[in-house]
Amino acid sequence: MNTMNMMDKTLDTQTTKISARDVNVYYGDTHAIKDVNVEIDANTVTAFIGPSGCGKSTFLRCINRMNDTIDVCRVTGDILLDGEDIYDKRVDPVQLRAKVGMVFQKPNPFPKSIYDNVAYGPKIHGLARNKAEMDEIVEKSLRRAAIWEEVKDRLDAPGTGLSGGQQQRLCIARAIATEPEVLLMDEPCSALDPIATAQVEELIDELRTNFSVVIVTHSMQQAARVSQKTAFFHLGNLVEFGPTGQIFTNPDDPRTESYITGRIG
Amino acid sequence: MTDLSPTPDQPAAAKTSLLTLSPRTVKRNSAETRFKAYGIGAIAVGLMMLLVLVATIVGRGTGAFQQTFITVNVELLEAKLDKNGERNIEDIKRVTTFGYAPLLKTAMKNTVSELGIETDLKAKHLAGILSKSAVAQLRAYVLANPDQIGQTVEFRFLAQSRVDGYLKGRVSRESIENDKNISPAQLDLVDALVAAGVIEKTFNLDFILGSDASDQRPEAAGMGVSMLGSLFMMLVVLALALPIGVAASIYLEEFAPKNWITDVIEVNIANLAAVPSIVYGILGLAVFINYMHLPMSAPLVGGLVLTLMTLPTIIISTRASLKAVPPSIRDAALGVGASKMQSVFHHVLPLAAPGILTGTIIGLAQALGETAPLLLIGMVGFIASNAPETIGEGLLSPNSAMPAQIYEWAKRADPAFYERAWGGIIILLVFLVTMNTVAVVLRRRFERRW
Repeated sequence: MNTMNMMDKTLDTQTTKISARDVNVYYGDTHAIKDVNVEIDANTVTAFIGPSGCGKSTFLRCINRMNDTIDVCRVTGDILLDGEDIYDKRVDPVQLRAKVGMVFQKPNPFPKSIYDNVAYGPKIHGLARNKAEMDEIVEKSLRRAAIWEEVKDRLDAPGTGLSGGQQQRLCIARAIATEPEVLLMDEPCSALDPIATAQVEELIDELRTNFSVVIVTHSMQQAARVSQKTAFFHLGNLVEFGPTGQIFTNPDDPRTESYITGRIG
Repeated sequence: MTDLSPTPDQPAAAKTSLLTLSPRTVKRNSAETRFKAYGIGAIAVGLMMLLVLVATIVGRGTGAFQQTFITVNVELLEAKLDKNGERNIEDIKRVTTFGYAPLLKTAMKNTVSELGIETDLKAKHLAGILSKSAVAQLRAYVLANPDQIGQTVEFRFLAQSRVDGYLKGRVSRESIENDKNISPAQLDLVDALVAAGVIEKTFNLDFILGSDASDQRPEAAGMGVSMLGSLFMMLVVLALALPIGVAASIYLEEFAPKNWITDVIEVNIANLAAVPSIVYGILGLAVFINYMHLPMSAPLVGGLVLTLMTLPTIIISTRASLKAVPPSIRDAALGVGASKMQSVFHHVLPLAAPGILTGTIIGLAQALGETAPLLLIGMVGFIASNAPETIGEGLLSPNSAMPAQIYEWAKRADPAFYERAWGGIIILLVFLVTMNTVAVVLRRRFERRW
């Protein structure tokens, strides 16, 4: 990708969607995330990069409180979604996750039909009043996930029978079917081949018009290709956060530069 | 880093040919061959024991499914059965089984003389080759069909157990020398009646469907009522152990915090699975009968005791199948905003269901074959019961269970009961094998890949 191109990338909006303040995460005695402050904008793709074990996935999972399912995990600090603290006692994580959808590293469709996979979220949230509306939601979500043409004739086939790349796009369709405001993606392409990766990346760029997307990736090229903002994590610290072009061409911190040029990590 | 050159302290190995086996390879290969031989030997020994077991059971038990019957025409004399001739059912009922005995004697005498068989036996001894249940069978028929009084009706009576044993080869002329129940002359009569086609050995459905009989009438004893006792116990176990076990497992596996209390519970459940079943029996006696005053010998109590015994098995297998559901499925459900409960009931439980069902069926099969706890709550012994009319009666009235019935027969003196015990084992094994097969088939059919 052309460096100049990246520098030219303009940010569509400056509205802050998520803001994290002094977030610390502990797994038992391990201090996994240390004092992270970050502002994630609406309608923007934000990439989290960094070496393995640096805490980027952990931080991502904090944004929709998936870490609640881990007993030993403890989170301090505030994460605000539209100005509301998601770790407030009054917040039900289930309601939060309807607003903050997630796509996982390994494609994990339910062992049900393709249709049921997509329809499950809208069904439990009561988004469709009848079968016709549900059909519409399913079709729209599959179209947005760029998989409709491939599966429209076999919506009753099991989702687990698709190829890896198709499964991941199905999972994206499932995540966006509930109309979340934020979409979290935890290394969504790590199990995919280059062609499927390209399809998913193209998709992420389109999703930006409706959602605020946060993506964790090991591939710096991918971060450079799809994101407008990039955060570099190292050993639990947020080392640097800024426009993608700047991080990749002119990083402030020597650690960022070392990682990007391949000297650490 | 790959270092292709040999290090100085490790001299390069001498050049070897692939066509000759090195001593190490020979040793390893022979160790493998030996291990395979041990494995095949172990399987062969196991199969042989199974074969011996099945052959013995089948060889000794099949006799119980056949019984000797004697076909006799009985004239239902009005003078004996209904003196007033009014066909008043109350009058007819007043005649006890003693009143019917002369009819059988006459009938046997007539049969013998009609066939032209020469015998010195008195009428009493002629009728002696019939089962003691024959008079009761006759009386029951007359009470059910009072309009038949005065007619001559053909009956198929059970032969007494010595006659049955004689036809099955269990009883011989030598073995009855000191036997008061049968004489050589009676055996001569039996031989003649067999030749005439009056006595024949046929399949006996009553052994499978009938009720137990007293010590004097082994030929009339059947498994049916104790089978119902087992059925009612299994209903209790299924109705209690499955929901309680599955609910406990789901809570422990999916919802409970992982701390020392749940650890203690987990260890104790594993320990409960190893508690000898007789302990559950004495617990049931103390709690359900002595303290709660539930009826003795009732399948309800038996079912409660077996529920206690089966719960750990069901909990352990259910937790194992819940654990086997990959966490990615739970993540996926939570990720689209399902609540914990929705993720469990919509996704995890359906995937774990085949395993849960298999565990439950195997637990039930285990409970079905359990005898020891039943001894303590009085579900063993001669329980003169008939088939219950209602489910409530089935649960509360005294009954036995299949394994207890087998135990009961095996300990009675008459060898005819011994044969029935083996036959009972065949019936019990048919149930157990069927249940285990269903479990395997269910697992094969519904096991889903993800």
